[in-house]
Amino acid sequence: MSSNAEKGFPISHVVGFLISLILTFAAAWIALKTTLSIKVIMWIIGSLAVFQAGLQLVMFMHMTEGEDGKVNIINITYGAFMAAVIVLGSIWVLTSGHAAH
Amino acid sequence: MNIKWDEFFVTGDPLILGAQISIVLTMVGIIALLTYLKRWTWLWREWLTTVDHKRIGIMYILSGVVMFFRGGIDGLMMKAQTAVPENEFLNAQHYNEVFTTHGVIMILFMAMPLLIGIMNVIIPLQIGARDVAFPQLNALSFWLFFSGAMLFNISFVIGGSPDAGWTSYFPMAGKEFSPSIGNNYYAIAIQIAGIGTLISGINFIVTILKMRTKGMTLMKMPMFSWTTLITSIIIVAAFPIFTVALALMTFDRLFGAHFFTVSGGGMDMLWANLFWLWGHPEVYIVVLPAFGIFSEIVSTFSRKRLFGYTSMVIAVAGIAFLSMLVWVHHFYTMGSGPAVNSVFSLTTMLIAVPTGIKMFNWLFTMRKGRINFSTPMLWTLAFIPCFLIGGTTGVMLAMAAADFQYHNTLFLVAHFHYTLIPGVVFAVFAALYYWWPKMFGHKLNEKIGKWHFWLFVIGFNFTFFPMFFLGLDGAVRRSFTYSAESGYGPLFLLSAIGSAVLAIGFAMFVYNIYWSIRHADRNISSDPWDARTLEWATASPVQDYNFAKLPEVKTLDAFWHMKKDNEGLTIEDKEIKDIHMPNNSGIPFFMGVVFTVAGFFLVFEWYIPAAIASLGIFAGLIIRSFDYNDGHHIHAEDVRKVERKWRNRKGEVHKHVG
Ligand code: HEM
Ligand SMILES: [Cu+2]
Repeated sequence: MSSNAEKGFPISHVVGFLISLILTFAAAWIALKTTLSIKVIMWIIGSLAVFQAGLQLVMFMHMTEGEDGKVNIINITYGAFMAAVIVLGSIWVLTSGHAAH
Repeated sequence: MNIKWDEFFVTGDPLILGAQISIVLTMVGIIALLTYLKRWTWLWREWLTTVDHKRIGIMYILSGVVMFFRGGIDGLMMKAQTAVPENEFLNAQHYNEVFTTHGVIMILFMAMPLLIGIMNVIIPLQIGARDVAFPQLNALSFWLFFSGAMLFNISFVIGGSPDAGWTSYFPMAGKEFSPSIGNNYYAIAIQIAGIGTLISGINFIVTILKMRTKGMTLMKMPMFSWTTLITSIIIVAAFPIFTVALALMTFDRLFGAHFFTVSGGGMDMLWANLFWLWGHPEVYIVVLPAFGIFSEIVSTFSRKRLFGYTSMVIAVAGIAFLSMLVWVHHFYTMGSGPAVNSVFSLTTMLIAVPTGIKMFNWLFTMRKGRINFSTPMLWTLAFIPCFLIGGTTGVMLAMAAADFQYHNTLFLVAHFHYTLIPGVVFAVFAALYYWWPKMFGHKLNEKIGKWHFWLFVIGFNFTFFPMFFLGLDGAVRRSFTYSAESGYGPLFLLSAIGSAVLAIGFAMFVYNIYWSIRHADRNISSDPWDARTLEWATASPVQDYNFAKLPEVKTLDAFWHMKKDNEGLTIEDKEIKDIHMPNNSGIPFFMGVVFTVAGFFLVFEWYIPAAIASLGIFAGLIIRSFDYNDGHHIHAEDVRKVERKWRNRKGEVHKHVG
């Protein structure tokens, strides 16, 4: 994959760029042109953002390429896991039950 | 500069006055001794500026033993105070300070440096490397740890000790309820030491991933290297949480922020939450290396390959993963509601599964082995039942509903001492007996070692077993006294007597070191236990460059197979090449000093001096960035000389698998 990307037409970049554009416009359209509730909108555009971040890591940042490709994936997944545990975990623990009142 | 000078030194307590005098006398004594023996340059050249992982390890171990002494005295003082009802040896305030410093010192300045010290000495040898990945950074780790430890330790004579528990919960630990500067020491000293630990974690991950010798794939790596790798990963994951929490605490205490005060729009339980997000992984940081140590010892002294190596690796990784998901079990009583408490009960109980796997692996390793009951093995054998008690009571505490009864009682205190003492202290003793010849070229005495072992283990059980029952009867933790009518008297007395026995056990250990340094046989083989891993494939004590020729690994227990197949044990003169080694550096020591000074000013809230002192930190960083010195070579001729000396028979490692 990497040798391909180096010489020939940078197909993955173009595809990645197009998908990114689609995702961005989709988010803008949902936020501005629909009548969904704020909460639903936030969830949808939030998910689109995370999706696009992942896409760019793979398509533009060459996360999976090179000799450290696997390691990069493990590191990022682990980082995301830790962040989720710390942030979401804390919010959940501190805002439920008696603690919330 | 609003600290009153008359409050600078802690006064008015004869115990503390005694301590102050003895500290001054000890310092004068050390300085006089060094000057008399003309050892200053030796100290600077061989130790203070060293970047050699073995020497750094030994400095860590020495500091850890001294800190164990300090923390142990704290423990004994508490046991003396509660030995009889309504005792007046320590007052409430003093008791608070003592359990706080005891907890912090035991975990952060005893357990951590002893384990990191052992890792430092052993890991590069075990993976067949000549040093850690970043030797100078390693020295920096040590000096930052040492700086934090010293800063924390002077608190009881200068300025007053922290007194809000090793957990330092808010609002108690905030300025409003703890206005004295004692708790500033907590925030700042631990922060400095924590940076050192984080750097160690990174260093060991890189060392283990990148510096293994030829042929040593991850799954051929000795168990202690595995547990060190996983421990380092947890360090890198968890310590930053504490760094942030301590920084927030510092803002609250020093600069009037309100992250943790409810009236200021903050949240006090956020501290508890962040503390345990680090704190629970921390207890695995201290116990996993111990599991590795015991694995090495069980297999060496049963003369068998470790049973279920792969399952052991998976179990360690599983524990590491789960350890991030259980922190709420420390504050079920906060009342997060049934959903949260149930989830955390489950994750906590799940940890018992991988831990159980490890227990059975050790037992099966011993099965049908020819067990050699030397001291390291005795500690390992005692660890298994004692830790089992700690683990079982842990599962009891894991049940959120039941925990409402146990919470904050001596039952909990007994539980965690039953995990920490077998899991850390027994392991460290086992490791020191086992690897002592590697570090110093002689064994510790076996006979004194057995006295040490029996007194310590019996004393430990008598100290802490009664506390389970005291706790079930309702005796609370962190309470400096109790009434005679409570009926707690007899068990408390038993426990106090136990702690005296335990203390005698520790004294035997110190005596053993003294005795062995003076009298032990120096004429021992470089492989005195007939061991299995690479650290034994080189001289004892280990030469600067570790291995004249880096060993090549084909299987697990590489050295055992090298001995069995008589392969790779000899070395020919022409195989010896020049060896590149890093140079010593004074920068890490310098950084330790400026961090201590800046930290000290910050503790006293003297901001301008603190700012000036911290310029020293930047100076250190800048000097280091322009330091292009990249080491020196040890010439092949010198290497040959050293090698000839320890390889007595035609360049052969002495012992053979028997
Ligand atoms: C050497 C023998 C030891 C003795 C006699 C001892 C004794 C005690 C006692 C009496 C307490 C306070 C009980 C109370 O709440 O009133 C305590 C608390 C504690 N101990 Fe130990 N201990 C010993 C070793 C250790 C070790 C090896 C560790 C850790 C590696 C440790 C960690 C702690 C911690 C974290 C606390 C809680 C401090 C707090 O409440 O903030 N102890 N110990
Ligand atoms: Cu925990």
